[in-house]
This record gives sequence, structure tokens and C-alpha cells, in this order.
Amino acid sequence: MSTPVLELENVTKVYPGPPPVRALDGVSLAVAAGELVAVTGPSGSGKTTLLHLAGALDKPTGGSVRITGLDIAGLGDKALSRLRAARIGFVFQQLFLAEHQTVLGNVADGLLYAGVRLAERRERAMEALAAVGLAGRARARPTQLSGGQRQRVAIARALADRPAVVLADEPTGNLDQATGHAVLDLLEELSQAGTTIVVITHDRSIAGRARRQIHILDGRITADTAVMASAGEGTR
Amino acid sequence: MTTTSLPHTRRLRAGDMARLAATGVRTRKLRAALSALGITIGVAAIVAVLGLSASSAAGLNAEIAALGTNLLTVTSGQNLSGGTAELPGTAPAMIAQLPGVTAVQDTGTVSNVNAYHSNLVPSVDTSGIDVKAATTGLPAAAGTSVARGQFLNAATAREPVAVLGAAAAQRMGIDRVWAGERIWAGGMWFYLAGILNPAPLAPEIDSAVLVGFPAAQRYLHFDGHPSEIYVRAQDNQATTTAVDNLLAAQANPQNPSEVDVSQPSAALVAQAEAKGAFDTLFLGLGAVALLVGAIGVANIMVIAVLERRSEIGLRRALGATKGQIRLQFLSEAILLSLAGGAAGIAAGAASTASYAHAKGWAVVIPAQAWAGGLAAAIAIGAIAGLLPALRAARMSPTQALWSI
Repeated sequence: MSTPVLELENVTKVYPGPPPVRALDGVSLAVAAGELVAVTGPSGSGKTTLLHLAGALDKPTGGSVRITGLDIAGLGDKALSRLRAARIGFVFQQLFLAEHQTVLGNVADGLLYAGVRLAERRERAMEALAAVGLAGRARARPTQLSGGQRQRVAIARALADRPAVVLADEPTGNLDQATGHAVLDLLEELSQAGTTIVVITHDRSIAGRARRQIHILDGRITADTAVMASAGEGTR
Repeated sequence: MTTTSLPHTRRLRAGDMARLAATGVRTRKLRAALSALGITIGVAAIVAVLGLSASSAAGLNAEIAALGTNLLTVTSGQNLSGGTAELPGTAPAMIAQLPGVTAVQDTGTVSNVNAYHSNLVPSVDTSGIDVKAATTGLPAAAGTSVARGQFLNAATAREPVAVLGAAAAQRMGIDRVWAGERIWAGGMWFYLAGILNPAPLAPEIDSAVLVGFPAAQRYLHFDGHPSEIYVRAQDNQATTTAVDNLLAAQANPQNPSEVDVSQPSAALVAQAEAKGAFDTLFLGLGAVALLVGAIGVANIMVIAVLERRSEIGLRRALGATKGQIRLQFLSEAILLSLAGGAAGIAAGAASTASYAHAKGWAVVIPAQAWAGGLAAAIAIGAIAGLLPALRAARMSPTQALWSI
């Protein structure tokens, strides 16, 4: 079996300050290449902390986080930045699209820190836009797009670098039900094409469509369908 | 996905960094313009002050060059007992024999004689006007010319005919020459032949009424001794200096120490340099404006870092290192300040050009003025942007992303 793309082993995260908050408490999970995983849980359960650790934005208090086999505990700022630039794609709930730039410019900026030339950035951004079905709106401004289209631009930006794993934080949080499901259709499609995707959501109907679901409560994993289904693997 | 080695960090290309630095300026144009205004005003003040003083000096130098730097003036000095010495009557002829001398003209002050517009003017109202005897080639040698009428010639120098210096004409209230116009001098009428232009190299001529040597001796009891001798040397520095060194002994071989020799153009140059002393005040004001501008840029950068936390978070998530974030905000501050400085140089140069043009000077903007302005702007941007840039870089990615 190949190295998991993402591997958390007995991870704890404690935020200091009175009183200290134990956001994650002994979390262990492994995500293999090509998986589509949904992480669910109520507000304050530790979902976002999990995403920050999985995305090398923060370091754990205890345990180890390995991204494509690299333990982030021993990495400095430069190496962590390199890791994020090369291996991880983020999709945030607030999108963070630059209004003064075109859709293409926004997506191309996803490659800015990977040291890719402008011409190639544009080329790869066009490919990513084509993959999310927005090739026709490359010259538009984000403000001229609908909410669902903007979310797809943010996904294209995460995809542009062909990352090992895409981490999406509430990607349907600001969308209506139908648009939310359309975005999930896209994520499924990308997953089938080989992209590893971890989606964090509090929406159970969205989570229900992922092949694997992990439920978190108070910083602990209370359910992981991969563990339950491991006996019946290959039925689909 | 078994690879464990990471690609090397890539430095941002200069073009990408320039584009990033311009983001803040481009998206908030009015704010950027207002915050850079202090630097614009400071740099404009400095460039204009230095430009104006350089242009004014260039104008004066051009004027001096037009008048010639080869004029030497010989005047009577003091004798051993402190009284005024007299130049020998033979001095002009002696000087004319010196090699390198191209022209010698002289004037002699007629003592105890005053000139008036008419005989109705009370005799105490002399208006500070001297009466001088003059040789007929004086205007060209002394660096002036005839404004109205004509100068004395061989014929009129023997008759009661006078020519007015520029200031003397003004004080008498005469601005043109009528046929048959007369002035009152030494108890008799003198016909007016002409009026001279100002003589910057020989201001003593400006306030004088000039008559011919023969006429002065005949009508005004003039003793015939020259008091100022105007000597033109060949127009090069070496000859002028050589003539200068010989003049005293040649004018009065018996008592060379009783002769004063001066180069009037040198006095004008010194005067031009003294004028620049007032610049210090304006340069100080420019420096204060620059300081205020620096505070403005620092302030706007602190606000920008707070406002753009989410952008910082996103960039960190996309793989920007702390160093790249720091560099982005530092370059933005420098760009802002540089744009302000460039606008200041343009404004300073434009005001210098329009003022110099109005004065008829050549437009001179010294390199140290605009280069110094640009360098000051860059330095101010770097200093003002340093702290905000450090703060931006220090922000942790999660902290930056949370703060929505």
C-alpha cells in the first residue's frame, strides 16, 4: 500500500490562554490518494483546526501530521510555505477572490508562489477553469459571477497547482441547496479524475454524498465510515 | 504519492513583485494619492528651491558672461596720510600700452558741481547725482549702451552737452530726449544728448551726469584728473589676470599702492552666491514636509496591513513565505513613496521651469536635486514601510484567516 497523502497520528492541538482550549484530542486518520472525504461536526468541534493542521498552516501540540509523507513538526516557515505551495490546495468559505482581477488572474495567482512563469500560470489556470466548467468566463470579474460560479473559481485556484490534496472549508456554506449540490457534483467529478479532496462541512446532506465520512465531536473522531466499511471494500 | 523531497522555494520574479506591490496603490488610488501627498510636497519644495537657485545663478552667470569678465576697473586709492590719492593724468595712456589691453576709457569726477532737472530745483536737492567727465568710448568699455539719443562724440565733448546714466535719468524724471532739452549743471544749461542703459559692472556711471573732458574743463573748472579707468583686456582668463597684476604699477609708477584695481564681474559672482543663503529656510520646510509625508505613508501601511489580513492569510495558504509577505508590503510602501517623489520632482521642475522662463533664465535643475529627491523618497518608503511589513509577516496564517 502506498503512503497516505495525509496522515494524522494521535494529534492533539491545545490553544493556550486562560483557559486553554483542547481543540483536537488524539485524532488519528489517514487519507489515501484519490479519496473524497467529508468531515462533519457541529461548530467548535475542531473541524477548522483539523483543516489548518492538515494544510500545514499550523503545527500540532502533540502527535504527528504527515503530508505526502513529510512530518510538518520538523519543518521551518520556508519549508512549510513550499509544502503549501506545491502539495496543498485550499478552498475557503469566504473564497478570498480579488475583485480587481479577472477570474483568470485569480486562478493564476494560485501558482504565484510555486515559481511558475506568468505565461504558464495563465495556461494552467485556463486548464483548471476548463475543469470546473468556467473556461468561458475567464475574462470576467468575480463580481460579475453568481455565488456558485465564484465558488468554482476558488476551486479552480486550488486545483491550478495540481496539488496532492485539496482542503475545502465549508465550500457550500454560502450557497443555496441546489448550487451546493452542483459544487459537490464538481468535487466528485474531480475526485474521480484522481484528485484527493477533504471537505469540511456541517451540512449532513452534502456530507452524505461523499464516499467516506468522518464525524468529529469535541476534538475526537466519533465515526469514520472507512473503518466501518473496510470489511466490505470493493462492493462499488 | 511517495515523494518526500520538496521543490526548492522559488523567489518571486521582479515583475510579479512589482505587480504585487502595485496592488494596494492600484485598488485604492485616492487613498494612495493622499497619503503620498506629503512626500510630493516635500520633494517638490526641495527640487524647486534647488532648481530656482541654480537657474537664477545660471541667469546671472549668463548676464555676467554677456557683460564680459574681462573688465578691470582702476580707481584712485588712499595715500599714506589717509587722503584720497589722485590718478596721474597720464595713467590712461600708460595703461593703453600694456600688452593684451583692448580698450581704455576713463571718467573723472567733477567735484563741487551738481546737476538738476532745471534751474528751479532747490540746490540742496542733488538726488545723489554726480557730474563726471567721460571719454567718448565709455559705454562699450564699461558694459553699457545708449538707451535714448546718442553718446558724446568728439564734437559734443567740447560743448555744454550731457548724457545721463540710467539712475540719474530716473531720479531727474527724464525718460526720453527732446530736441533742445536742457539740464542745469554748475550754474549753466547743458543740452541733453542721450540716456544710457544700466551698467551692472559699473554702477557709479548709473548715477552720473556725463559731459566731455574738454567741456568739463572749460565750463565746470574740472582739473582733468581721471578718477575711474575702465580697462578691457583680451577676453581670456590668463590675459585678464596678467593685465590685472600690472595695472597698479602702470597707472601710477611712483606710488602703485595708491591705486585700487578691481574686477567688477567677480563682485557680481560673489553676490550671486550670497543670494543662495536664503535657500536653507525653504529646504528646511521641505524636510519637514517629507517627515510628515513619511508619517502619512507609515500610517496608511499600518492600516493596509490590518485591512488586508485575509489577503495575507490567503497568500500564506497559497505558499507565500514570511519573507515574501514582508517584501510585498515593503515594496508597496516604497512604490507609494516613490510615486509621491516622482510627482514632486515633476511639480518642482515645472514650477522652476515656469519661473525661470518668466525671468528669461536658462532652466537648470541640478542632478543632486532630482536624484536626491528620488533617493529620499525611496529611503522614506523603506523606513515607513518596515514596521508594517514586519507586522504583516509576523502574523500567523491561521490568525490572518480567522479574522473575518
